[in-house]
Amino acid sequence: MENFTPLSATAGGVLIGVSVTLLLLFNGRIGGVSGIMNGVLFAPKNDRLWRLIFVFGLILGGFVFQLLVPDFNIPRQNYPLLLLGLGGFLVGFGTRMGGGCTSGHGICGLANLSIRSLIATLTFMAAGMITVYIIRHSLELVS
Amino acid sequence: MKQNLIALLCGIIFGMGLSLSQMISPNKVLNFLDITGNWDPSLIFVMIGALAVAFVSFKWILKRPAPILAENFQLSRKLSVDKSLLLGAAIFGIGWGMSGYCPGPAVTGLGLLSLESIIMVAAIYLGFFAYNRLFEQQ
Repeated sequence: MENFTPLSATAGGVLIGVSVTLLLLFNGRIGGVSGIMNGVLFAPKNDRLWRLIFVFGLILGGFVFQLLVPDFNIPRQNYPLLLLGLGGFLVGFGTRMGGGCTSGHGICGLANLSIRSLIATLTFMAAGMITVYIIRHSLELVS
Repeated sequence: MKQNLIALLCGIIFGMGLSLSQMISPNKVLNFLDITGNWDPSLIFVMIGALAVAFVSFKWILKRPAPILAENFQLSRKLSVDKSLLLGAAIFGIGWGMSGYCPGPAVTGLGLLSLESIIMVAAIYLGFFAYNRLFEQQ
């Protein structure tokens, strides 16, 4: 567990908690990234702009952090393209079918004591763990 | 206008949180999911930090009759645990485990000009499109 970073992880989590708090308090919206992303293209036209701006903010936040603390996050390279492409497709499809992702179910839903979100969170974590076991240890596609 | 500024601010704070917690590093996420390997429990601490804030704040916010800048709160009205919730969450989890990205980090990584992020975001939108096409009549 030498890569375990509890302090920066918790502090980053607090920032995410502050973000979803402000979005609900001011705009009455749930800070679920998959739903917001989907709506950028697929929500009713008058409900798209704030979503696009939120997504732009995410990118800007990542960009600014990288300027302030270079080399804290180094983009991964040479990961199998098939795992990325197929994985990304399943992330998009599954989050629509399940109505949320790590932020919508895992943070906002759990904070709201939603049973649906608890079940969803346990399910995607278990599915992710099994998948990683298979690709890393059974098929040994990646190390 | 004010709502858009809030959206921008929230996006920036969220993106910074994902960066500080290194959840935008897909191998760190895979190391969390890899419980039989060199396990990195950091992701649990991200959730604890976020939930510690949101659990208290949501309770307090939802006592208000309305949000500050909008007419009403837009929350999910679904209550039942159904097949699409379970199947959808499982499909998402498989994709998450294959790639190491969930939607937030995939988008935030665009700010680092990460090639993987571009591929992920495009593939995620293909997944949205396919689902919407098959199951949602708009």
